[in-house]
Amino acid sequence: MTSERDGQRGPRHEGAGSGSALVVEHLTKRFGERIAYEDVSFEVGYGEVFGFLGPNGAGKTTTVRTLGTLLAPTSGSATIAGIPLSAENGPAIRARISIMPESPGLYLRLSVAENLECFARLYELRDVRGRIDRVLRAVNLTERASDLCGSLSKGLRQRVALARALLSDPQVLFLDEPTSGLDPVATRDVHDLLAALRERGVTIFLTTHRLVAAERLCHRVAILNTTLRLIGRPGELREQLFSRSLEVRTRSPLDDPGRVFNGVAHVEGWEQSPSGSYVLTVTDPDAAAPGIARALVDANADILSIAESHHSLEDVYLELVDEDVEAKK
Amino acid sequence: MKFSWTRVGAIVQKELRDYRRNRFVIYTMSFLPLVFIAAPMVQLFTIKVSATSAKLDARIGLALLYMLILPAIIPSVLSAYSVVGEREQGTLEPVLTTPIHSEEFLVGKALAALLPTLVVAYVIFGVFLGAVAAFAHPGVASAIFERNHLLVQLLFTPLVAGWSIWAGIAISTRMSDVRAAQQLTVVASLPPVAIVALMNFNVITASLGLALGLAGALLLIDAMAWRFVAAMFDRERLVTGARK
Repeated sequence: MTSERDGQRGPRHEGAGSGSALVVEHLTKRFGERIAYEDVSFEVGYGEVFGFLGPNGAGKTTTVRTLGTLLAPTSGSATIAGIPLSAENGPAIRARISIMPESPGLYLRLSVAENLECFARLYELRDVRGRIDRVLRAVNLTERASDLCGSLSKGLRQRVALARALLSDPQVLFLDEPTSGLDPVATRDVHDLLAALRERGVTIFLTTHRLVAAERLCHRVAILNTTLRLIGRPGELREQLFSRSLEVRTRSPLDDPGRVFNGVAHVEGWEQSPSGSYVLTVTDPDAAAPGIARALVDANADILSIAESHHSLEDVYLELVDEDVEAKK
Repeated sequence: MKFSWTRVGAIVQKELRDYRRNRFVIYTMSFLPLVFIAAPMVQLFTIKVSATSAKLDARIGLALLYMLILPAIIPSVLSAYSVVGEREQGTLEPVLTTPIHSEEFLVGKALAALLPTLVVAYVIFGVFLGAVAAFAHPGVASAIFERNHLLVQLLFTPLVAGWSIWAGIAISTRMSDVRAAQQLTVVASLPPVAIVALMNFNVITASLGLALGLAGALLLIDAMAWRFVAAMFDRERLVTGARK
């Protein structure tokens, strides 16, 4: 995890403004004795989709609320959309950002359009009708504009909340668990919308438990468990946390695997997996594979496959969270 | 960022739309006035011509008191819900993430409770006066239409409502349960009604000077209350439930 600092600044993307959308330095929030999060530092570039992952109670929502000026930090500093975080700057910061909380929080006795109209006026936006039409089109809800929000399904309410968050064309869009409690179809719909926003270059700060989606959608991710545990591109995190390995499958078990694998160039170690395959730790998979194949042929083994082992972001996440659980024992 | 009447207007419009579709509010706005207009009419129409002056004063005082309880009770129901209700519904946090200032939010809530209250209270008072003029004994009617009585009602209706609204919003910002907030607000809204009641019952001799003095004091309190309530409006506590 030596490159944690290196991964703290996000890449610049097309459509980016100058500087960083978010600069967070040693931010800490305590409620009395209880630490919500501590010494959190990172930067997010304009146009970047930044995933903020962590188990329940890790401090993700509290971080979003702090950056959204709903909560005052206990210590540390932050700059949001170019404005230093402070109580006095709260309205100015909130005018440049948008937050979609975990619960949609819609006025259920108001229609979709009336909900959006209320928020458009709270942002003092011009061309309210035009903006409402545009965001409804973006979330495919134009046909439901007159429906009362109370009559909508949970998935549709989430889409309305997303439309509401897009109304003001925010410089930074905070999405706190946008697919929480949604069924797979509704979840896919929301993820497709986020993918579309990513294509448009919208800066998104996304907290989620959906690791597959985070891997697909996010340029970089950070894993928080009260303190920031890891930050970087999903691929970089895998390389940081897991040694590279090749999985060798043979038709029948090798008589003496140690004699076959030990001494092959670029192979640092091996172990047999429960499924019977052999997992070889290598320094460079491409360089190691030919030598391993030759060694297997020399040992008269029937080779089924030699493939690089794949670790998902979920593996990274679980490895880190498990480390924390072990450390607490 | 300056105080924005556009954002205040957004809150007012949202609230009024919400009231229109809220059965509880419709019930409160329609049923309570019926009670409060029926009771004083019974008081006045059943009084005998031969009643003593003291008894007549008491009946008239009671009837007019009903008219002033209305602007205290109706907004208390609305204002007590204003913050804690939104918190319970989960709609408070999204609003607080917009550029709205606490003061704008609170003034919007207060105006949204005041406007329908004034409409209902004045309409009911107008109906009451019409009924008195048409059906009450001429002696009773002339006592009701006495200048001081009319002045007290017209002047104190918005002021009593203002007190009730700010007391309700203040309580609503600190409570975590809607019902408890509403019960407490009803009690908190009564002090100015009690003073006016003493005037209606002639316990305090109502004079133009006294009425204007009291009205001025209430106006001052109503005008300053938003700053006091804004200071009580703790976003952190409202969002997290945690005390600093």
